[in-house]
Amino acid sequence: MDIISLLSHGFIQRALIAGSFIAILCATLGTFLVLRRFSLIGDGLAHVTFGGVAVGLFLNLYPIYMAIPIVMISSLGILKLVEKARLYGDAAIGIVSSLGIACGILLASAAGGFNVDLFSYLFGNILAISNAEVVSSILLSIILIFVIWFFYHELLSITFDEESAKASGVKTKTINAILVLLTSLTVVLAMRVVGIMLISSLLILPPVTALQVARGFRMTIIIASAAGVLSVMLGVFLSLVADLPTGATIVILNFIFFIGAFIFGKFLAK
Amino acid sequence: MPVDVLTTEGLTFQYNSTEILADISFRLQAGDYLGLVGPNGSGKTTLIKLILGLLQPSKGEIVLFGSNLTDFKDWRKVGYLPQKINSFNPHFPATVREIVSLGLLSTKRFPRRIKKNDDMAINNALELVDIIDIKTELIGELSGGQQQRVLIAKALVSEPELLILDEPTTALDPEAREKFFGTLKDLNENRKVTIIIITHDIGTIGKYASRLLYLDKRLIFYGGFDDFCTSSEMANYFGEYSQHVICHRHDSRP
Repeated sequence: MDIISLLSHGFIQRALIAGSFIAILCATLGTFLVLRRFSLIGDGLAHVTFGGVAVGLFLNLYPIYMAIPIVMISSLGILKLVEKARLYGDAAIGIVSSLGIACGILLASAAGGFNVDLFSYLFGNILAISNAEVVSSILLSIILIFVIWFFYHELLSITFDEESAKASGVKTKTINAILVLLTSLTVVLAMRVVGIMLISSLLILPPVTALQVARGFRMTIIIASAAGVLSVMLGVFLSLVADLPTGATIVILNFIFFIGAFIFGKFLAK
Repeated sequence: MPVDVLTTEGLTFQYNSTEILADISFRLQAGDYLGLVGPNGSGKTTLIKLILGLLQPSKGEIVLFGSNLTDFKDWRKVGYLPQKINSFNPHFPATVREIVSLGLLSTKRFPRRIKKNDDMAINNALELVDIIDIKTELIGELSGGQQQRVLIAKALVSEPELLILDEPTTALDPEAREKFFGTLKDLNENRKVTIIIITHDIGTIGKYASRLLYLDKRLIFYGGFDDFCTSSEMANYFGEYSQHVICHRHDSRP
């Protein structure tokens, strides 16, 4: 199989286009999350997505549309737990995450197991996405990237030092809420690419790869986006050629990029 | 006639029913240079966090530039340098320019975005603290003293009328400290910037500040240095020797 003949397949074109947009979105948002030490929020909200999908399947409604409001409310719940119950972010994420999984399992059990491929939600199947899903992925990615661009300096400000940002008149509560809501939508969107179990890798690995070599915040986002897109493209081709699961291949490639950047960063520092 | 920059009236702050600050009332006028001193845990940082709206008082009122703090919106007028230089991630991947530019957010209306034409203000602030040559460096790769200057430039970039500094010289060597206090003196005397500075270095601040506020959960002393130096009550509180050291520095101010 050569690359040109692979590219002629519609399902590969769809996977590459939608995957690239989602990779850029995840890398951009992930840069803020990693530096805010909120890296695992993607993982936590992915678990909530599982619960949301289960609710959708249980009620016989379209699972992703059911998951979106549930994940958004849960993300705000994480912020409230941190603020009101005086918990650290990781503990709050842990609570909401385990609650999401527990609800999903209870509903699956009550329904006597779902007659659908839950496996595809857990591990993703980018090669199976439809034209409509490609269009919605692109549109949603563009909208979310525009929102990040719009609030870029305020997001950077709270990421660097939240207290000083507040003293500059930045509405830190609102910006934090925007950040977690963007994460919610991104997690649901990315579910089709790498699946619920592997979403946090697209949010964490490209930014930490970029952090090894970038010189500046904007540069970090650009390198992270490039690493994310490259991992999706190579991952799609490699998984087809070697008959591997696509989501897991994308994650392993991201890890290899991270190791490469780590070694290159050490070399640069000498 | 000097304008009131800051007035606090009966300011009290409790945390979990423990009183951190009680009944703090004072008034600061444009051009004042206030040394805010007191032992560890005396409530100095809490007081400035209340002034900045980062904490809500349990009782009392704060008026900033003529507006009650709850209605105050013009944060461009206030520059703030927080206490811990290491409060940020030392590997944060932003350049000096990117960090300093964040100080301009208070001058922006929605959407708060830094633009190309903000470069002049950023460069001016960098020149003021003598770090223009490192503006493309990563903040995490600088020395503690340089990082502190970056944060000072960030506090100064909006050309504030009130500058609040929480132990700003802890990471600076003696030479840089003298230079820093010289910059503050210039801002205060020539640009009429009102300054509040928290420091443990009561001797050094005696050399520069025009007013002193001594805090120990309550307001122990507030007034001019001359009043402080002639106060027998303060001599009893501090001991005559300490009072003499502070006042000697004040008398020999440049």
